[in-house]
Amino acid sequence: MLLIYCPYCDVERAETEFHCGGEAHIARPSDPSQTSEEEWVEFLYMRSNTKGVAAERWRHIHGCGRFFNAVRDTVSDKFLKFYKAGETMPDLEKISKEAGK
Amino acid sequence: MSELLANDLITPDAGESPLLSLSEVSILKAAPLTRLSLRARDASLKDAGKAFGAALPVNPLLAETSKKRAALWMGPDEWTLLAPEEDCQALFTAIEEKLGDQPHSLVDISDRSEAIIVSGEKASWLLNTGIFIDFSIESFPVGTVTRTVFHKSPVMVWRTGTDTFVVEAWVSFMEYVTGLLVQSAQELEVA
Ligand SMILES: [Zn+2]
Repeated sequence: MLLIYCPYCDVERAETEFHCGGEAHIARPSDPSQTSEEEWVEFLYMRSNTKGVAAERWRHIHGCGRFFNAVRDTVSDKFLKFYKAGETMPDLEKISKEAGK
Repeated sequence: MSELLANDLITPDAGESPLLSLSEVSILKAAPLTRLSLRARDASLKDAGKAFGAALPVNPLLAETSKKRAALWMGPDEWTLLAPEEDCQALFTAIEEKLGDQPHSLVDISDRSEAIIVSGEKASWLLNTGIFIDFSIESFPVGTVTRTVFHKSPVMVWRTGTDTFVVEAWVSFMEYVTGLLVQSAQELEVA
């Protein structure tokens, strides 16, 4: 079982307390009425589906209830970084290099 | 300290016989309580604590207790406030009045869940039959409170003493939780 660190509870817990919320840092169009259908498609459905190091949203659903972000290697399932929602996306390339990828 | 203070608030329900009564561990149903769910911003915490009668903890997974009051940290902007059953209306009004138009949400969730008291030297062992948390006293000290999952039911676990835990589950899940706990405890009798 995966252990996941919640940056709000400041504790590592079993995967069963969490829910994955897909790719992180996808900004909602700021002006919906000026957004084209293609842009909506891009926002709603298009994901990078990375094989390797990716930033994801996770929710501590059976804990504090908070969404946070995590960097995970989708090949090895290894988590490389956890950070609070609202914080800027870390340098994924740097993290991959540090992890020896 | 927490052990003593929790004892005046979370008491065994006098009308109920023990769900489990072994020398190593017992399970008692707790008497009904007032449970208020409060969501508020940092700026309102002092006022809320004053109106409630116990400070709201700001550090994760902590509980603050005072006479017949317990404020449990549930999330960075969410607390569960416990008090005797009869104080519900007065407390609700007091907190609402104190917070006034400060942005907040206060909801009476008294009847949503039930509590049991799991105690004895095998209490943490018994909880670990369905919960993946290290309950050693170093990593889960007295006074720690958390939501988690027991098998497939969401629960809240609050350590009120070295060998005493208060476990809350939603009313309709409680039979599932206690049923599995009692069944798992049979291993102790066989051994
Ligand atoms: Zn959390």
